[in-house]
Amino acid sequence: MAKNTAKDIEVKAFATHQIITQPNPLRKVLRRVEEKDMDDPVARAEQALAGLSGEFKDWMTIEVQRLSAAWTAVQQDGFTKKLRDELFHAAHDIKGDAATFGFPSAAEIAESLCRVIEHAPELKKVPAELFTHHINAILAIVHENTRLDRISVSAELSRRLRKVADDYLAHVNRDRPEHLEVILSPSIAPAE
Amino acid sequence: MFRIDFNKLRFLVCDDNPHMRRILRTLLHSFGAREVYEAEDGATALEMYSHYVPDIVITDWAMPIFDGLELAQMIRQPESKGNPYAPIIMLTGHSEKRRVTIARDAGVTEFLAKPISAKGLYQRILNVVANPRPFIKTKTYFGPDRRRNTNSAYMGPERRVGEKHEVLQQPSLLDKARSSI
Repeated sequence: MAKNTAKDIEVKAFATHQIITQPNPLRKVLRRVEEKDMDDPVARAEQALAGLSGEFKDWMTIEVQRLSAAWTAVQQDGFTKKLRDELFHAAHDIKGDAATFGFPSAAEIAESLCRVIEHAPELKKVPAELFTHHINAILAIVHENTRLDRISVSAELSRRLRKVADDYLAHVNRDRPEHLEVILSPSIAPAE
Repeated sequence: MFRIDFNKLRFLVCDDNPHMRRILRTLLHSFGAREVYEAEDGATALEMYSHYVPDIVITDWAMPIFDGLELAQMIRQPESKGNPYAPIIMLTGHSEKRRVTIARDAGVTEFLAKPISAKGLYQRILNVVANPRPFIKTKTYFGPDRRRNTNSAYMGPERRVGEKHEVLQQPSLLDKARSSI
């Protein structure tokens, strides 16, 4: 794609700032078409994504193995910065990916786990059960996902774990308003 | 109606998770993109950014070496020899309001909270292609105009001095991040 040269860029200077405008460098990729000629790129992409779905269970298994290994390492060596970060990233990836892979409840539980790791004032003082319950629940959901009767159980498990984690975080952050505000504010993640 | 010729666009995708990179690559290719370059950390992404000069950057936040936020800050260097104006779409599992604000202040153009959807990604790309915003340079900020509403009565500390209001009517980054599209 051709880029604008310096002479295309217009700079208006004001007392505290400059406003920089230039011709849209991507304008050439926009093409006007008749409605009848308009295909649906979103539908095409959704179809392509559905074509990948056969691999999602394997991908999810890899993600939960990583989470499990990170937790085992923490249990052995404590919450060093490196191990804390690895546990957080493993949970954070599941939070972001699991719903796409067909495991929305696992994503919600991973989000709850991320909040505990991010907002607990001292991780070594967090009851170990709070971590193990979250991690075991994610493992169980991934292993049992094919049974439809488990779906409502997963959702209920997710809801209860979130409640326990939020109550804990609200209590330990009662004197830390900046954390409390983040804990209590709603997520901006798009709804399913 | 407008169609984007994706085959004329060059993308740089930066995510440390190989599964998410595969999903992004699949979505972009099915939109019609041919040139999709991938990096698994911020440092590699910056190198690829200079080398391949992508039209659009899609980056995760949490990554090794340096993260997506730092990548955005490094791209948005007004004096750099590279292109500091490329649209940056931040695709992240972070889903708190304060994260959107931090990303906006780092010069991110669009924010997309995971889980990813084909529709959400397409809408963000369409927006950066069809509705680019002017850039603003202040002592502390260089990036796309962060103002998306007209409030001529605003007299707060961040009021710009010496210009008539010249802002675009667009939903705020936070409102867009909250919506599923």
